[in-house]
Amino acid sequence: MAVGKKDIECPPYAEGTPLSDADIKQKKVTYVEDHPDIRYSWTAGQAISKFLNGLKEGKILGVKCNKCGRVMVPPRMFCELCYKPIDGWVELKDTGTVETFSISYIDPDARPLPEPVIVAVISIDGASPHMGIMHILDEVKPEDVYIGMKVKAVWKSEEEREGAITDIKYWKPMEG
Amino acid sequence: MVAVVGVGYSGFNSTTPDLSWKEIMYEAAVRAYTDAGINPRRDVDSFVTCAEDIYEGFAIFDEFVPDQLGAVVKPTCTVSGDFLYGVATAYMQIRSGLADIAVVEAHSKASDIQTFGNVVKFAMDPIWLRNIGNAHPYYLAALEMFQYMSERCLGEEDVARVVVKNKNNALLNESAPYAANVTIDDVMASPKLFDPMKKMEIAPLADGCVVFVLASDKVARELTDSPVWVKGVGWWSETYGYDTASLSAMYAYKAAKMAYRMAGIANPAKEVDFAEVDDRFAFKELQHIEALQLAGKFDSARLMAEGYFDRDGALPVNVSGGSLGVGNLLECTGGQKALEVVLQLRGEAGKKQLSDVETGVAQAWRYLPTHSGAVAVFGV
Ligand SMILES: [Zn+2]
Repeated sequence: MAVGKKDIECPPYAEGTPLSDADIKQKKVTYVEDHPDIRYSWTAGQAISKFLNGLKEGKILGVKCNKCGRVMVPPRMFCELCYKPIDGWVELKDTGTVETFSISYIDPDARPLPEPVIVAVISIDGASPHMGIMHILDEVKPEDVYIGMKVKAVWKSEEEREGAITDIKYWKPMEG
Repeated sequence: MVAVVGVGYSGFNSTTPDLSWKEIMYEAAVRAYTDAGINPRRDVDSFVTCAEDIYEGFAIFDEFVPDQLGAVVKPTCTVSGDFLYGVATAYMQIRSGLADIAVVEAHSKASDIQTFGNVVKFAMDPIWLRNIGNAHPYYLAALEMFQYMSERCLGEEDVARVVVKNKNNALLNESAPYAANVTIDDVMASPKLFDPMKKMEIAPLADGCVVFVLASDKVARELTDSPVWVKGVGWWSETYGYDTASLSAMYAYKAAKMAYRMAGIANPAKEVDFAEVDDRFAFKELQHIEALQLAGKFDSARLMAEGYFDRDGALPVNVSGGSLGVGNLLECTGGQKALEVVLQLRGEAGKKQLSDVETGVAQAWRYLPTHSGAVAVFGV
């Protein structure tokens, strides 16, 4: 197989010579810093409001389109493929299947995370194949995760839930 | 030739707590497709949306538009500018043969923005403009207004009259949340927030969406017996910054020149029947009327006082109520203006319908802190 040479090492110069913190602090580079205060409050709207209220009750809600027969999550007021209003709401299970995942070791600032975060796309049971949400996995060792793994939502307690996607703390492997 | 074969809108409202921006777009798009008698999944070749990430509150906004427009797995692009720039883009796509039917969309969900002043400031140069003082950046419009007033020898009443006309025009528009039966005394008594600019001379923010379906002349004639033609489009930018620009709405003058040339209009003041111009600050209407050559350089305020631009005047301007009556719709501002022009030309403007109109102009500025804008000429 033409997979190329293995054990390729990055030569030290290939990553370049970065500016050091000291270079910046000593103003060797001319720059101006600004920290704009820009805030939004996005209206959730008809579909996502109902979805978020469902999460608060510990339920995952989806919608169905009678034309293409899909059960969609996250819900929307219209089927984007048939381009018509949806036909109704359905309660889905809080279990699903890992469609794909990544074990992520650094934070958005490129600093090492104390523990890796396992991000996964999870198709939800009761929705059409491959329809689901992206979330995180826990209570599992990174090396034990696999595509096709069955998982279950781990919810915040009823008092803690506020109608947000984080009302699901994470997903964990189903027993057995 | 390119025609408008369908229009739809949602709003316009001062706030829309019940619908998300996606749902507002869906509502306007469904109406436009119904109006045009088309199925977007089957018939549309290209979708053009007009949006600015910072107004939306998330980056790469173009990625969020296909679903609610019926544009999934279809050619879609976003123009970071006013709706009229989108009309120009769709016009070119159709004229070049890339598309027979193209859709243009713009919306405002301004009520989602908590810190609008800082959003406007974010468009200012961070090194030498943004952090001068901490006044709300509407002062930028006041700077331009004061210079314009002194160059044209205008009094405060001259600017106040624009507010009186537009807010009263808006009373006939069921989609104008800021319509009001105001008098010149009411406007003159309005507090000066940015001397010489008064509070009532500033268009408040509004939510809404406008969708147009554009088609080539061949397809347009198949779809409708009464197409409204896009006779000309133009857009123009001067230069960045209040320290370098002419502050004379050169952008509107040049964009209009481009659109008039395309439309074969040699004498706009005679050939244009009515206009919807950007009035998001009241003085801008006078400045834009002049730039669009609808009145001579020193005539617009005098003609305004004489009622020349009233809805029953010789050349009605902003019969919709303008942005002072409808609200500042951000990148959808030109959409609201073009919508009014098309409805008037179709004879579907309801209580605000003008009689005997064949040529109308829509103009939008790219708002603070820019010296850019676009113009479209429509006709039947
Ligand atoms: Zn469907």
